[in-house]
Amino acid sequence: MAEKEGKIKVEIVTPVKLLFSESTNMVVIPGGEGDFGVLVGHAPMISQVRAGTINIYNGDKVSTQIFVEGGIAEVTSEGCIVLAEEAVRVVDIDKKVAEERLLKALAAQKSDKNHVDGLNAPEVVAAEARVSAAQS
Amino acid sequence: MANLKDLRLRITSVKSTQKITSAMKMVAASKLRRAQAAAEEGRPYAERMERMLGELTSSLLSVDGAPKLLAGSGLNDNHLIVAITADRGLCGGFNGSIIRNTISKIVELQAKGKKVKILCLGRKGSDALKREFSNQIVSTLEGLTKDGVDFALTRDIASNLIERFEAEEFDVCTIIYNKFISVISQQVSIEQVIPFPVSKVEAADAEAADESENGKYLMEPSEEEILDDLLPLNLSIQLYKALLESNASEHGARMSAMDNATRNAGDMLDDLTMTYNRTRQAVITSELIEIISGAEAL
Repeated sequence: MAEKEGKIKVEIVTPVKLLFSESTNMVVIPGGEGDFGVLVGHAPMISQVRAGTINIYNGDKVSTQIFVEGGIAEVTSEGCIVLAEEAVRVVDIDKKVAEERLLKALAAQKSDKNHVDGLNAPEVVAAEARVSAAQS
Repeated sequence: MANLKDLRLRITSVKSTQKITSAMKMVAASKLRRAQAAAEEGRPYAERMERMLGELTSSLLSVDGAPKLLAGSGLNDNHLIVAITADRGLCGGFNGSIIRNTISKIVELQAKGKKVKILCLGRKGSDALKREFSNQIVSTLEGLTKDGVDFALTRDIASNLIERFEAEEFDVCTIIYNKFISVISQQVSIEQVIPFPVSKVEAADAEAADESENGKYLMEPSEEEILDDLLPLNLSIQLYKALLESNASEHGARMSAMDNATRNAGDMLDDLTMTYNRTRQAVITSELIEIISGAEAL
């Protein structure tokens, strides 16, 4: 695959700003039904995105990791746009803050009377994903 | 002729007013810069969201059981108007034009026999609308734009709106806000957000179709589920965009209003100083005449 043709344009956008916009070889997105990788020439697709880390590959290595908290991804043959409600570069995550958030979410879940055991609230899932993203 | 002491007092008071207005202008200018930057950074998201919705909605509209946020509740009797104003005044015609437009919209809808409810974002709007429509205001939210616009807060408002919509409190929701054109001009903009206006999307859709030529998208997990996600998100985005625009407009309007006020105060000071000096001259002259005529009498 020629270098130039093998590139896709990846954009990660939050309502607050355009966080990431670069050409790259491959990107792996945590889709609603499992992770999926996007290379050049991918079939057009719209997918849900669950809370997790987006890995952006340049060459064979991961060049950037970005944590997103849910959203929608639009994939075309030339690129991929992720509309995330919240996104932050993994290197910028403060682990302590993330852990506090998880504790808070868990406490909120405990005090919620409508809560069903064994099923985590979306806030808890997002906070857990954030903590594990910070660790990796 | 006014006496000297009164004039002096007027001059000092005008001077201090000018100081306040010019300080307010500076503050508004710096806030405007921030608000404008925020509005620009929010734009890419809104644009892409609109395009994506364009792809999705056109195929779904004909199908039965399209989401309510898209197809509407089938009725058109109860309207909710979201009026976005500022919390504070002293910004020229900014709040006034929103209020005027809201009132005329309400009157127009009521003339057609619709029921109208109002949600006020910003204190000034509710202050003014309370007089005539106090029992139609469902709630008022203040301090939204105190330090920039917070997306999480906007999302809460949007989900509250959706709850009300699902509880069938209203069928159609319209937002009225000031669109930022330039520092000196804002335009009142009236946009329907629930049900999602499709005509706007069709234009975007045609454009997108030209661009991609890819035809249909694969959906994961399914079109309905994605729309269920996307439509509420889109509502938050629309609100967020309106709040950002309104915030930038507010500071722009305040800045030009304060600029005018500062200039007026300057003109006034010139006039007053002139009168003050003339009066002082006259007093001196009359004193001199008194002294001279006193000396002559001796």
